[in-house]
Amino acid sequence: MKTITTRVEFLAHALAIEEEAAERYAVFADQMQVTNNPEVATLFREMARLEDEHARRIEEMSGDKPLPRIDPWAFDFGDAEPPEAVDYTATHYLMTPYQALGLVLNAEQRAAEFFQRIADGDGEADMRRLAAEFADEEREHVERVRRWRGKYPPPEPHWDEDPDPPNELE
Amino acid sequence: MEQLSTRQAALKPKDYKSDNKPVWCPGCGDFSVLSAFTKAMSAMTLDPERVAVISGIGCSSRIPAYLNVYGFHAVHGRALPVAIGLKITRPDLTVLVAGGDGDGFSIGGNHFLQACRRNVDITYVVMDNQVYGMTKGQASPTTAPDWMRSKLTPHGTRINPFYPLVIALASGANFIARASSNDPNGTARVIAEAVEHPGFSFVQVLSPCVTFRPEQRDWKKIVRPAPVAPTADPAVAARRLMTDDNFFIGTLFKGGRAPFESGFAPRAEVAGELERSFGLTA
Ligand SMILES: Cc1ncc(C[n+]2csc(CCOP(=O)(O)OP(=O)(O)O)c2C)c(N)n1
Ligand code: SF4
Repeated sequence: MKTITTRVEFLAHALAIEEEAAERYAVFADQMQVTNNPEVATLFREMARLEDEHARRIEEMSGDKPLPRIDPWAFDFGDAEPPEAVDYTATHYLMTPYQALGLVLNAEQRAAEFFQRIADGDGEADMRRLAAEFADEEREHVERVRRWRGKYPPPEPHWDEDPDPPNELE
Repeated sequence: MEQLSTRQAALKPKDYKSDNKPVWCPGCGDFSVLSAFTKAMSAMTLDPERVAVISGIGCSSRIPAYLNVYGFHAVHGRALPVAIGLKITRPDLTVLVAGGDGDGFSIGGNHFLQACRRNVDITYVVMDNQVYGMTKGQASPTTAPDWMRSKLTPHGTRINPFYPLVIALASGANFIARASSNDPNGTARVIAEAVEHPGFSFVQVLSPCVTFRPEQRDWKKIVRPAPVAPTADPAVAARRLMTDDNFFIGTLFKGGRAPFESGFAPRAEVAGELERSFGLTA
């Protein structure tokens, strides 16, 4: 996180994180809709809405000052992927709400850790305060998602076995 | 922070996506490559009306339908000649080609060699999953010889796989790179670099087929950045490929050959002649 030292740099990173999370969940919701898994589609759609809402709030925080434009590969996430983005290969057409929320839970945890690292770093005091607030918010999300997931049973042992597979190796 | 770009934000990556929902299997690596295309186009602030993405046939070749730029879904294996023809007649366009290892290296294999030789200024992105995904899981040229999961090759193909980067270098491609769908931002960077480099640019993207090659989900544990900077010397690039295990990612080669230009101005009457000879006009 060497290059995130000012408030605008922080907000530019936070915005990219939330926009990417919203975009991924929207893609996953479409995937589940296309493959007729409506329950998980609704769940991902709701996550996309929440992340998008968060992104818009960050935009408002930046006020009239335009945020610096950073090429997608030049962000300093400490990793190739933004912390809140779920891996594209992680979804499955037969996945259950419990599994989907497990992915969301991990993503929220990674986001909380990322913001906390910035809060504990040596950037501007104002920026570190903001990062600590974001970390708190993400931790709250972790708890909320955990409660949400508690409403669903874990998947059955052979959850991915399909008696009538749409694609069979020929 | 030095990596701040001074380019003005025009369109966001999602503005380059069309309204069509991909019908790929959830988990397919091609979702990430689609995202990389849109990120590269946004970072380069490309005007969608001045971009064309040409493809052949296959799951990966569906990409033009999911983008909000000009596109052409050509017949199987023929994306490169279509794209080359377009670029020669419309040099003002940014032309990209997208497809799979089957489309590009089996039926389209000879076009690949000639496109590398000809060095027209286009970018070719191959989503390599070492299988024919669309036709339900047959071996492709990049499949390992001992892969036995297809009924067509129950004992494996037992023939030498095709090494796309080696072939591209030997045939004269002017930019050669490998990326991984596990890193959409890194893939976007390589695509942008490839577009900006003059001449024929070739990018192999390791993009898992989670349906017919589920074991490829583990590629994310194996891929790693090549520990060397790109070279402009083909001999150095060739030596590096000798020790390549096919999982190093990054830009290998950036050559200095001048791109091919036809030297002829496009003639409208040729199109008219063609239309007449095919009986399309009176
Ligand atoms: C002339 C012709 N021959 C064969 C086919 C059948 N076919 C469709 S897609 C394909 C291979 C696709 O494999 P690849 O290019 O690796 O793409 P993927 O589906 O894996 O993304 C084949 C052989 C065809 N459509 N046209
Ligand atoms: S069959 Fe394979 S390549 Fe085709 S969409 Fe499914 S996962 Fe992707």
